[in-house]
Amino acid sequence: MSDVETETRAPPAPDGLETMPDGLVIRAQGIHKRFGDNHVLRGISIDFPKGTTTVILGGSGSGKSVLMKHLIGLLKPDEGRVLVEGINISQLSGTALTKARMKFGMVFQWAALFDSMSVGDNVAFPLREHHRELSEKEIAERVAEKLALFGLEGTEAKFPADLSGGMRKRVGLARAIVLEPEIVLYDEPTTGLDPITTEYVDEMILRAKEKLQVTSVVISHDIGSAFNIADSIAFLYEGKIVEHKPPSELRHSEHPELKKFLSTWFGRN
Amino acid sequence: MTTESAENTATTPVLHWVRLPFERIGQGVIDLFVEVGHLTLLAAGGMAWSFRRPFRPTLLLQQCEYIGVGSLPIVLLTGLFAGLVFALQSSIAFAKFNAESLVGATVVISLARELGPVLTGLMVTGRAGSAIATELGTMRVTEQIDALESMAVSPIQYLVVPRVVALIFVMPMLTLLFNYVGFLGAFIVSVYQAGINEGTFMGRIYQVVDIVDLLGGLFKSACFGGVIGLVACYRGMNASGGSRGVGVAATRTVVSCSVSILVLDYFLTTLLLMVFE
Ligand SMILES: Nc1ncnc2c1ncn2[C@@H]1O[C@H](COP(=O)(O)OP(=O)(O)O)[C@@H](O)[C@H]1O
Ligand SMILES: [Mg+2]
Repeated sequence: MSDVETETRAPPAPDGLETMPDGLVIRAQGIHKRFGDNHVLRGISIDFPKGTTTVILGGSGSGKSVLMKHLIGLLKPDEGRVLVEGINISQLSGTALTKARMKFGMVFQWAALFDSMSVGDNVAFPLREHHRELSEKEIAERVAEKLALFGLEGTEAKFPADLSGGMRKRVGLARAIVLEPEIVLYDEPTTGLDPITTEYVDEMILRAKEKLQVTSVVISHDIGSAFNIADSIAFLYEGKIVEHKPPSELRHSEHPELKKFLSTWFGRN
Repeated sequence: MTTESAENTATTPVLHWVRLPFERIGQGVIDLFVEVGHLTLLAAGGMAWSFRRPFRPTLLLQQCEYIGVGSLPIVLLTGLFAGLVFALQSSIAFAKFNAESLVGATVVISLARELGPVLTGLMVTGRAGSAIATELGTMRVTEQIDALESMAVSPIQYLVVPRVVALIFVMPMLTLLFNYVGFLGAFIVSVYQAGINEGTFMGRIYQVVDIVDLLGGLFKSACFGGVIGLVACYRGMNASGGSRGVGVAATRTVVSCSVSILVLDYFLTTLLLMVFE
């Protein structure tokens, strides 16, 4: 912990970058977040190393989505800060924040598709915004390719309102990875998906890590898939990360709430 | 999500009822200043973002079409009937002084200076302002605005700027049309119903009405357009609490815009009178 302390006190480098230990992509330090009287996050510090998959477990309403929104600067902490590759994303605004977000892709819990746009336009959106040099033909090809990854061939012309929840979620996945970002945040990517697609999403997260060194943060309720894909698992309870360990060690955790949580999957023995 | 209602349970009932109105008024005044502050910030952000690339002409045109075409029928209808009834009332009143010849000029000046901008503003508030608040509010509560931000696109630039700029452009055009059909209505009533001579009616208008009357009114309507856009976007962007929150955002947009238009009208009119008279 001591080297963390000296780092926070060190003056920022001239280019506005702060020093982060090698191999870290995101570092959250002492995050507190309140909504009125609701003190959701109560001092969260967690590191996300490059090219790893971290799964965040926790009961519903425990603040997992709120934590994830801090990582990409959608919410600002009341105290503490989030560094993304040395940039304090909690203090950015305007174009600097927009630029910092180019590193990210995010899958939202309820997909958050633009309901005024067709499926094809939804997935094409990040391409049209950030790759203006691409022709419409190239865009259409990439969109079709990403949709096919999730078994959504030929759905370009459909509108989100006409899709099932699971299909919307898969469109959300396609949209999040269409720019092939280095960090992908998944907010319950497989909740409500069928087992085959769930397994497919797990595989995709694993493959992206191996091939492209993608850093993934995954919120999940699916303990089975968490143990499959995670390099480390963090447990969020009462606004704090109470455990953060590799899956093999986490199984033997003594934390009573986590034990309850895990017993739903592994049985109580 | 806040629990304001649970305050004051400790005070005695009498004291509570004495304090309550003051607290409510005080809170209202504080809220008003806070919201004006937020609106100013949104306006400043909008200004900054509207000069940054990428420019979004397509979105702007889409919004102009949506707001302009959508509001056109109701603006034409209210304009026509405002002209009809205003001419009817003034022809009766002016007849008492044998001054019927002034009906046309009176109606046209009133339309150009006040009725056109204010009534168009109120109609556009009801039609486009509430629609914008509903649309952006829905996008907020379904996390579409978060999604936009997560894809490194500024919602101010993508959503707010096109709507506010479109309203600033479209409002004067709608006001002009309102004025025109209002004038037609007045003409019909005066000439065919009240029997005023057509030449007198038009002659007095040429004599009395100045282009400044019209331009001043159009300037005011552009200001109203900006206010409607900012308030509607602010309410929508800050909606919370599911579909009920979206409804609240739309209702509050209509209330705040209507009040703002009437209050702002007084100050803008004062300003215009200082400059031009
Ligand atoms: N924008 C917001 N405004 C107010 N309260 C919020 C907001 N977002 C989340 N909360 C509250 O924070 C808590 C944690 O929410 P969330 O992070 O969505 O939980 P989960 O762990 O299920 O993802 C909940 O009590 C929720 O009501
Ligand atoms: Mg959640």
